Amino acid sequence: MKFISVLLISFLLLPTQLIVAAEVNVYSARKENLIKPLLDRFTEETGIQVNLVTSQADTLIKRMQIEGRNSPADILLTVDVARLYRTKEHGLFKSIDSEILLNAIPEHFRDKDNEWFGLSLRSRVVVYAPERVNVDALSSYEDLANDKWKNRICVRSSGNVYNQSLVAALIAHNGIEATEQWATDFVNNFARKPKGGDRDQIKAMATGVCDIALVNTYYLAGMLNSDQSEDIEEAAKVKLFWPNQANRGAHMNVSGAGILKHGPNQKEALQLLEFLVSDEAQHWYAETNHEFPVKPGISASNILKSWGEFKADNLDLNLLGENNQQAVLLMDRASWK
Amino acid sequence: MFYLISQHDRAFSDQTRIEYGKLFRRFVLTLITLLFCVPLLFVFGSLFFSAGDIWVHLFDTVLKDYVANSIILTLGVGLCSLFLGVVPAWLVTMYRFPFSRLLEWALLLPMAMPAYIIAYSYTGFLDVAGPMQTTLRELTGLNYREYWFPEVRSLGGAIMMLSLVLYPYVYLLSRAAFIEQSVCVLEVSRTLGCNSREAFLRVALPLARPAIVVGLSLVMMETLADYGTVQYFSVSVFTTGIFRIWFGMGESVAAAQLSAVLLLFVAVLLYLERRSRRMARYHHTSSRYSQLLQKPLHGMPAFVSLLICGLPVLLGFILPFILLVNWALSTYSKVIDSEFYKLLMHSFLLALVTSMIAIFIALMMAYSNRMKATRLNKFIVSTVSMGYAIPGTVIGVGALIPFAWFDNTLDKFLYDNFGISSGLLVSGTLFTLVFAYLVRFLAISINTTEAALGKIKLVMDEVAKTAGLSVFNMIKSIHIPMMKGSLLTAILLVFVDVMKELPATLILRPFNFNTLAVKAHELANEELLAEAAVPALAIVLTGIIPVILISRSISQSRAGNA
Repeated sequence: MKFISVLLISFLLLPTQLIVAAEVNVYSARKENLIKPLLDRFTEETGIQVNLVTSQADTLIKRMQIEGRNSPADILLTVDVARLYRTKEHGLFKSIDSEILLNAIPEHFRDKDNEWFGLSLRSRVVVYAPERVNVDALSSYEDLANDKWKNRICVRSSGNVYNQSLVAALIAHNGIEATEQWATDFVNNFARKPKGGDRDQIKAMATGVCDIALVNTYYLAGMLNSDQSEDIEEAAKVKLFWPNQANRGAHMNVSGAGILKHGPNQKEALQLLEFLVSDEAQHWYAETNHEFPVKPGISASNILKSWGEFKADNLDLNLLGENNQQAVLLMDRASWK
Repeated sequence: MFYLISQHDRAFSDQTRIEYGKLFRRFVLTLITLLFCVPLLFVFGSLFFSAGDIWVHLFDTVLKDYVANSIILTLGVGLCSLFLGVVPAWLVTMYRFPFSRLLEWALLLPMAMPAYIIAYSYTGFLDVAGPMQTTLRELTGLNYREYWFPEVRSLGGAIMMLSLVLYPYVYLLSRAAFIEQSVCVLEVSRTLGCNSREAFLRVALPLARPAIVVGLSLVMMETLADYGTVQYFSVSVFTTGIFRIWFGMGESVAAAQLSAVLLLFVAVLLYLERRSRRMARYHHTSSRYSQLLQKPLHGMPAFVSLLICGLPVLLGFILPFILLVNWALSTYSKVIDSEFYKLLMHSFLLALVTSMIAIFIALMMAYSNRMKATRLNKFIVSTVSMGYAIPGTVIGVGALIPFAWFDNTLDKFLYDNFGISSGLLVSGTLFTLVFAYLVRFLAISINTTEAALGKIKLVMDEVAKTAGLSVFNMIKSIHIPMMKGSLLTAILLVFVDVMKELPATLILRPFNFNTLAVKAHELANEELLAEAAVPALAIVLTGIIPVILISRSISQSRAGNA
């Protein structure tokens, strides 16, 4: 009995930090299988052990707030800029002065106070069924509210942060009123109630449920590169269109990170962040996750390259965070489920 | 003389020591159980803060959807589980028909299947792009929109998915109740002219009602707390609303307030449950048990029984299981590595440890209530019971707050006085995680234990006391054997629930610590369903082992069995 009790207690109090030479603690909203290989490479190169917890960004932010000044987290990784902005608003990040980071990351993909940094890029684009859609009929996000797309559009729910960020960008460009009108008309064009994820929209389109969908670039690339033959077949039935090329360019978002001011391993945290913008890491993002490298001069994966050069929106990404709440309220009013 | 006095003194002080000891134990017990209320009190506490004009927005736009859909979903799942659970429980207990012995435990299998997993697999199978509709189109040459097909991802679909995996709660508890019933009562009913249907409706069902209602309330609470399924199906209910307000709008106070509204729902549910139990204090009037003779069925009745009992297993387990296996076959070599066994171990140990602690605490609380039910005790029991209906994420945050406060206060005290920093001692360990599980799942073990204990007449305790049995011996040799089936049920339910638990695990787990549910969620969330099938299958298979073991000992637990 005593033995069992001891075993039980030691199991329950499994220490958060085992004592090792050097380590860095990462709270990550990026899923384990999409970041662990890179972190393992970092450990191989530097000998610094990386401790990882993954969860949704908002629960991680909440956890850090509650843990307060003793929070063990050194770095927060997110997959959307709105969460980076929110973390900054809560005063959890600290400003970082690093030549390496500043040189590697273009200005509009990082925070103006150097509290967070974009690490990889993705665009939310239009995909269409070429059998049923003449590519000349496509032009911009704004145009998707046009009557001609009635019952032809598939998109996931407004609970999804990528949709929220897109609407936040539209608010930044066109103002609240115009965007609300746009959202209302856009929702009227839906072929079905929003459901599923981005890949589901592509699959639905391949079977003829709709003619147009909004998806993030890496989902389409992931399907084209899948082990499942159905995925490849379905993805091959659709084509990608870069919206708003005649004016501001396609909507961009970043996955990114910042260093937390209460973190106990500041030096190692900076080392890790700098590693994530190294040529090797940037190349990995491109090849494995099919994201666009944030660092200029690193080549994208072959699938990404096959979609050609495109013009990207240079909007200050902080605005996506700032407008996030407005975007959600607006989507509620427009009955975007 | 002196000797005598000191002797007397000693006897007196022994007496007081026992009294104080009792009082102290009571105090500690109350304190421990009160701790489990803390996360829920935080939720209620939010009602005293202002959330600004966000409520105006909610009233104007989405709130009525949340309320209406939540009510339809909960009632729908409740009704379906009632039918899928009670009828088969009666059939397999009272009759023998083809495969009835197998179905006895097979009916429990869907319980091992997490709701979001069954939702993923049915969607993959039945959705427009899935094999079912593709084949349909190929066979008929029709295009999409030229034929009608039920939509899986809808409110109705969510009711089906949740019912298919939750009905075992009703089945398990009602079967345990049917088994615990004295056959004599049924035989008497027969001699009084009841046919077997009437015996079921007029005698067995009312006697089993407390247990069935417990099962039903668990099902409805679990439905209210579900997030994975409704989110995947884009059905707007309370939980999806809570997350939308919290994550989408960054309004944590309003989110907590919405949780408090959800709790009011649950409070009503629980009140009804308790009232039904109070109004009908059914005790076994006879303690004479005789061997339960299962009546053999032939022909049409046997076939119908097989159908009624087989369908839930087929739809809730076999079909999704085959779909998962099919997916897993193509991906297992990629997903199973040395890390995978660690996940298995983590999930299993967490489930085991939590279910053991939960049954221990439930017994303590049930007994302290039976011996002396104070107002505070009742309050604690009813508060803790609500935890089951709160979304895991809200519980997770609620559990983190008191521990982080403790850690930070201790750290500050040590730092100010001795210059030592203790950092976070408890928060961020598995201790916090198990605590959160308990807050969420204690309701199961408490309700089940209380219902079982309530069925043992208080007269029995008096008799035991007169016979000179100590309280401990009374519990050991009278109560436990009578409650064995229900206690095992409680352990099993918590075990399986922890295996499947996701949101609280996500937010509270320590560094480098994953479970099968986390792995399945991460893969499915990246829309890699084929990969997610491997950890999902592992959850199901690990869950099956205790399901089978415990189901067997419940069958054997019948008092009439020698």
